[in-house]
Amino acid sequence: MARVLVGVKRVIDYAVKVRVKPDKTGVVTQGVKHSMNPFDEIAVEEAVKLKEKKLAEEVIAVSVGPAQSQEVIRTALAMGADRGVHVEIPAAEYELLQPIHVSKILAKLALDEKADLVILGKQAIDDDANQTAQMTAAVLDWPQGTFCNKIEKTDAGLTITREIDGGLETIKTKTPAVLSADLRLNTPRYATLPNIMKAKKKPLKKVTAKDLGVDTSPRIEVISVEDPPVRQAGATVADVDALVAKLKEGGHI
Amino acid sequence: MWRHTIQSTRYLAGNASLCRQIATHSPKLGAESNRSKEKASENESFMANIFRGSLVSSQVFPYPDVLTAEQKELTNSLIDPFERFFSDVNDAARNDANAKIDDATSTALWELGAFGIQVPSDFGGLGLNNTQYGRLCAIVGVNDLGLGITIGAHQSIGFKGILLYGTPEQKEKYLPKVAAEQVYAAFALTEPSSGSDAGSIRCRAVKSADGKHYVLNGSKIWISNGGIAEIMTVFAQTEQVDPKTGEKKDKVTAFIVERSFGGVTNGPPEKKMGIKASNTAEVYFEDVKIPIENVLGKEGDGFKVAMNILNNGRFGMGATLSGTMKKCIEQATEHANNRVQFGQKLKNYGSIQEKLAQMNILQYATESMAFTISQNMDAGSKDYHLEAAISKIYASESAWYVCDEAIQILGGMGYMVDTGLERVLRDLRIFRIFEGTNDILRLFIALTGIQYAGSHLKELQRAFKNPSANLGLIFKEASRRAASTVGLGGTDLSGHVVSELLPYAKKTAHCIDLFGQSVEELLLRYNKNIVDEQILLTRLANAAIDIYAMVVTQSRSSRAVTLNLPTAQHELNMTKALTIQASDRVIKNLQAATSSHHRSLNEKISTIAKTTLENGGVTTTGILDQN
Repeated sequence: MARVLVGVKRVIDYAVKVRVKPDKTGVVTQGVKHSMNPFDEIAVEEAVKLKEKKLAEEVIAVSVGPAQSQEVIRTALAMGADRGVHVEIPAAEYELLQPIHVSKILAKLALDEKADLVILGKQAIDDDANQTAQMTAAVLDWPQGTFCNKIEKTDAGLTITREIDGGLETIKTKTPAVLSADLRLNTPRYATLPNIMKAKKKPLKKVTAKDLGVDTSPRIEVISVEDPPVRQAGATVADVDALVAKLKEGGHI
Repeated sequence: MWRHTIQSTRYLAGNASLCRQIATHSPKLGAESNRSKEKASENESFMANIFRGSLVSSQVFPYPDVLTAEQKELTNSLIDPFERFFSDVNDAARNDANAKIDDATSTALWELGAFGIQVPSDFGGLGLNNTQYGRLCAIVGVNDLGLGITIGAHQSIGFKGILLYGTPEQKEKYLPKVAAEQVYAAFALTEPSSGSDAGSIRCRAVKSADGKHYVLNGSKIWISNGGIAEIMTVFAQTEQVDPKTGEKKDKVTAFIVERSFGGVTNGPPEKKMGIKASNTAEVYFEDVKIPIENVLGKEGDGFKVAMNILNNGRFGMGATLSGTMKKCIEQATEHANNRVQFGQKLKNYGSIQEKLAQMNILQYATESMAFTISQNMDAGSKDYHLEAAISKIYASESAWYVCDEAIQILGGMGYMVDTGLERVLRDLRIFRIFEGTNDILRLFIALTGIQYAGSHLKELQRAFKNPSANLGLIFKEASRRAASTVGLGGTDLSGHVVSELLPYAKKTAHCIDLFGQSVEELLLRYNKNIVDEQILLTRLANAAIDIYAMVVTQSRSSRAVTLNLPTAQHELNMTKALTIQASDRVIKNLQAATSSHHRSLNEKISTIAKTTLENGGVTTTGILDQN
């Protein structure tokens, strides 16, 4: 296989405590630390490993989003991707961008770039949609291997171990294909500082959704974003009998 | 090695007092240049100028902001991977227990790029400036001070001389190795008989008859990375001939010495209180043949080279320790938020609150100082030596206090090894000793400032001898003095701070006025002999340190308000609290430096010390031992 396309999304850092905006239109993003979606780091690592094993010739990192999305492309380049494509979406429009839009964009890029493999994180930790890989495969009409735990190259294509409820499943697929990375696929490397410096010199192409012929007009309207309900205080009961009585009272048993 | 020191010089006779030596070697402000030029040098340093009651605000107001948007973005992109090294690869407790950094960790650290942060990218480094370096230092400070000394001794002093003074050939030959090729560097100045008094070193290098090389003999102690370094910056006495008089004199010369020259050996790793991960060893030189092209800087200029390397690297300690304090405060806060005693969480108790607030204030001021100085340096300032010395003292003493109080808040838990704070406390202790002990640096601050003020005083005296030619200078001075004597205060900071801070800026301005007056009073009373009044000089330095802390925090919190940062109110509160505390101390310290009441105290202090020394310690007989 020659070329791997990897999707990288810029999300609020996993360690940040997310706060809802006072006007309930979304969450606070200004002045909040952002980083690459952790599952996307795993996808990049896998692509770079394929390249290191000479199973891939080129790794292209793609991010769809506002100007700051370039930060995560640079991170992917520092981790070992060869070049980047930034599909710029204006910040206001980006808030309503859905997996369906991203799938169409990725599918178009996969064809334009003649990719043999698309590897995405299984989901982003901000909206937790878990749809983009599946939809991208559908748009392309390519086979898909989701929740990858292990990816092995065979003469016929790929052997993929998938994480499923209750265990692991092994499937075989031909390429081109779309894969999504699960948590245990690998441990992503961190970019070293010299590689971050070198990444500044790697090519990064900027395109718009319009250039790719993808309509990103919103299909949804956000009515209100709410904090999760605060947990009610519990109570201490004297003994098991009292507990059973309480549970019965509440209709739980 | 990160110990050492500062000013002292061999220019004066051996029995001259320590302070006289320090005074003679104050950088750039020194008497030599004044004598020759007959005019006081201009100096951008805020601190130097308040010694003559004058306000030069460009280095502190508004808070410096030297990084371009691109540099900021780059710096931010480095933070995550740098932190990832510490969370994924490094283990500070293991490094401490093993008293070394294992090979896998040090290899990862080299790959990370941590050894050549400020080396230009053409030579294989990251090419970052002081401010960006400082930001990375803070991360090191959060995680592992012992490892920090290994990388700091390497680049902050080990090969810094090559960056600052190296010829193009020296840079090309050595920088790629020390930046990325796993070749360690060290800085070798201290000797068994020469610690703070760095001018008294005995290592000697003798030039060969053909003038093509030097032969070095002698030994150095407590050299950080001394057991692992391949490349060392070594200082040794060399015989120099004065081109004018033909007189032969010993002067220090700096050399780049490779272990591969032969004759370089080292002792076993020293056993230390803290920073155990860092290798510290004696280094011996026996007939080491150094090619003449390995002289660093000019022959005979070694003392200046050493002092400038140390001055240049000093700000990094403030940045590092600001991170260390942050970590201590985080641990103490977590404990206070969760620990219940007497039916209440610790956070509800005033005594705990006071500790946490104080810790936070000290961290804020330390960080504000470090990044004021690093940015001044990046903006091209050469006048940062006083501020760098202040920041080193402030950071090392604040960090000690903060870590100690964090342990106190955690109680018994804080004393346990697994909590990690006892290691930090041990690691921290050296920061008050090395790279110029805080005691020597205090004298350096006071004397450097006084010398600058004195030179201006002399200029004024000269002006009065020929008043018609110097009317402008005289009128300026006269109006400044008139303002301060009638109590209006000559100093006005009101244009530099946000309105919430006006009353606080006024307190600081008052302190600055008092400070200038006190310096003048001391100069008039003691004249040149002020150099022998160490107790007074130390108090003056303490006042200077507090003034700098007030000014940088007022500047930084004004910035926070102007930028509408979410933390602006908190920053204002810390600044206000600090100003109240610091201005009180300044007034007390200046009184202690000038009042007759305190002169009598100082006399008693001297007598008590003398008695103790003569008796080899405590001389009183124990209560139960009397007969």
